[in-house]
Amino acid sequence: MYKYDNYDQAIVDARVEEFRDQVKRRLAGQITEDQFKPLRLMNGLYLQLHAYMLRVAVPYGTLDGRQMRMLGHIARKYDRDYGHFTTRQNIQYNWIKLEDAPDILADLASVEMHAIQTSGNCIRNISSDQYAGAAADEIADPRPWAELLRQWSTFHPEFSYLPRKFKIAVIAADEDRAAMRLHDIGIQLVERDGKLGGKIFVGGGMGRTPMIAPEIKDFVGAEDLLSYVEACLRVYNRYGRRDNIYKARIKILVHQIGAADYARQVEEEFALVKQLGIDPPLAELERITAMFAPPAFDIAASDTVDRSDPDFAVWLDQNVKPHKQAGYAIVNISLKPVGGIPGDASADQIDLMADLGERYSFDELRVTHAQNIVLPHVRKADLYAIWQQLTEAGLAEANLDLISDIIACPGLDYCSLANARSIPVAQKIATRFASPERQRDLGELKLKISGCINACGHHHAGHIGILGVDKKGTENYQLLLGGSGAEDVSLGKITGPGFDEDGIVDAIERVTDKYLATREQGERFLDTYRRVGFEPFKEAIYG
Amino acid sequence: MADDEQPAVTLDAFLAGQSNATSVRIEAGDDARLLLPHLDQLALIEVSFPTFRDGRGYSSARVLREGGYRGELRAAGDVLVDQVPLMRRCGFDSFAPEAEIDEATLAASLARYEQVYQPAADGRVPVWKLRHG
Repeated sequence: MYKYDNYDQAIVDARVEEFRDQVKRRLAGQITEDQFKPLRLMNGLYLQLHAYMLRVAVPYGTLDGRQMRMLGHIARKYDRDYGHFTTRQNIQYNWIKLEDAPDILADLASVEMHAIQTSGNCIRNISSDQYAGAAADEIADPRPWAELLRQWSTFHPEFSYLPRKFKIAVIAADEDRAAMRLHDIGIQLVERDGKLGGKIFVGGGMGRTPMIAPEIKDFVGAEDLLSYVEACLRVYNRYGRRDNIYKARIKILVHQIGAADYARQVEEEFALVKQLGIDPPLAELERITAMFAPPAFDIAASDTVDRSDPDFAVWLDQNVKPHKQAGYAIVNISLKPVGGIPGDASADQIDLMADLGERYSFDELRVTHAQNIVLPHVRKADLYAIWQQLTEAGLAEANLDLISDIIACPGLDYCSLANARSIPVAQKIATRFASPERQRDLGELKLKISGCINACGHHHAGHIGILGVDKKGTENYQLLLGGSGAEDVSLGKITGPGFDEDGIVDAIERVTDKYLATREQGERFLDTYRRVGFEPFKEAIYG
Repeated sequence: MADDEQPAVTLDAFLAGQSNATSVRIEAGDDARLLLPHLDQLALIEVSFPTFRDGRGYSSARVLREGGYRGELRAAGDVLVDQVPLMRRCGFDSFAPEAEIDEATLAASLARYEQVYQPAADGRVPVWKLRHG
């Protein structure tokens, strides 16, 4: 894991003092709310329906036990004993007092954490593959590249007032576990002539105009990465629209001028930017990479697991994934208990996960974009003990990637932008499909719910997506089919007229019934949908 | 503005032939690159910030400094105290904010960050250079 040196620590500490000063000026009335807004947003502080919400960065979703425990401490001391893990691998707290925010940032800084650029029209937390460093299919650990980008983007003087927010993801495997091509910039590490570099995709995103990022450059070496990304941003800052917030994301620019023309302009800019000495020496990437060296695996660790407890075996098959190291496994902790709030964890649960990470996973945990937690490096011999402790804490739901493993935004229960509630719909769907046998029979089915068109709940990328809208003052839910945020990326299609809260649950059941009646051997829902197309499902839904 | 200062002309007017002017004002949507062939004759370039949210001027400043401009580079308009440190990093060296900026707040703000992560137009040494020499 990355460890701060004195420079990193000094920067984060200075940020705490800066924000303390800004809050003081706001509370004293020296700056208006309008002027304060971009300042607090760049520290992850939103004003929601009922209170301030603070979003804390978990860079590329990686944290250690001490940091995780601090997240529990903040939930306990400053919030209502829980936190909400987000689709950008962060955590947010929903009941924060403005005057507490500087102290929270100081607490975070004491464990090398911050809330820098977790909102605002700037470069946001760099996200990555939650299995980085553990997956057998990666060609390298993508996180050192993400850390390089984190530092470069932190307080970037030119790109702190962009037309709109800007999200970057870095992965290093063909299987895309980070929805890479639905980011403003997606980077896939690839190898060429024995050298690592990034394949660059620009202009993806969800929101009201979802787009899949086109590839604009097949290979950028580490020595050019920051110059190249700087050129990408500069072209965007120059031409990105500022007259209409809904057309201000880079995807609109890339779509309007075309990927080829955008790429040409980036090349032109890159030729100039490359002369400026922006790229650190490769020794910097090597310094960072050394901190992500694989942990000291026990090479004699046993590869066998006692499956005699049937409940454990179910969890094992559903939530535990293969590790690149024999004798080890990747554990997914589902934050999606049936009837619960997707992504929420109590302070006690957070503490327990911190303990498990420390004790069983070389002091490492991950947050996933699907709002779950991962213990990346677990000895197979420890799986049963971990499962027992998770069970006791209500964290052993065996539903990874099943229909009840729902991504949902906070929706109208919290968010001032929302048109409809997301959480109750997620709860009703999970409850309708509560039977574990039924869920497993349905197989991989990624269901994602957004409470408004901003798509924080990734509804465009759901195999089944739900979009909450406001229809003449009542909440209405549109149904989408066929999206995917994985390597087979696609955007869902709206089926037709929307439904009320109970109607949407019924409609989903008609969709899953149709799938069960239509599927061929080994087909996931998405495969069947792609084979037979939209119409049979539409007919099943609307009759 | 100093008493003997020429009023700045617009970019269009400058490019259309008032090329004996030594001061030019560029709007947020203007392409600063059009000035690059004329930098030698300019003593003042004023970059307009119509609202503090409009960040195009930051890129304009860097493009001008990277193009070799050494004259006065002024940020004018909706310029807030918390933005001045970033603007300085982008190459601005003078400020004409619409609303008065508190000197003590600004001084504290400018002194706050001893380290920066990335090189920009102000010559500050990035952290990676301190790490690796």
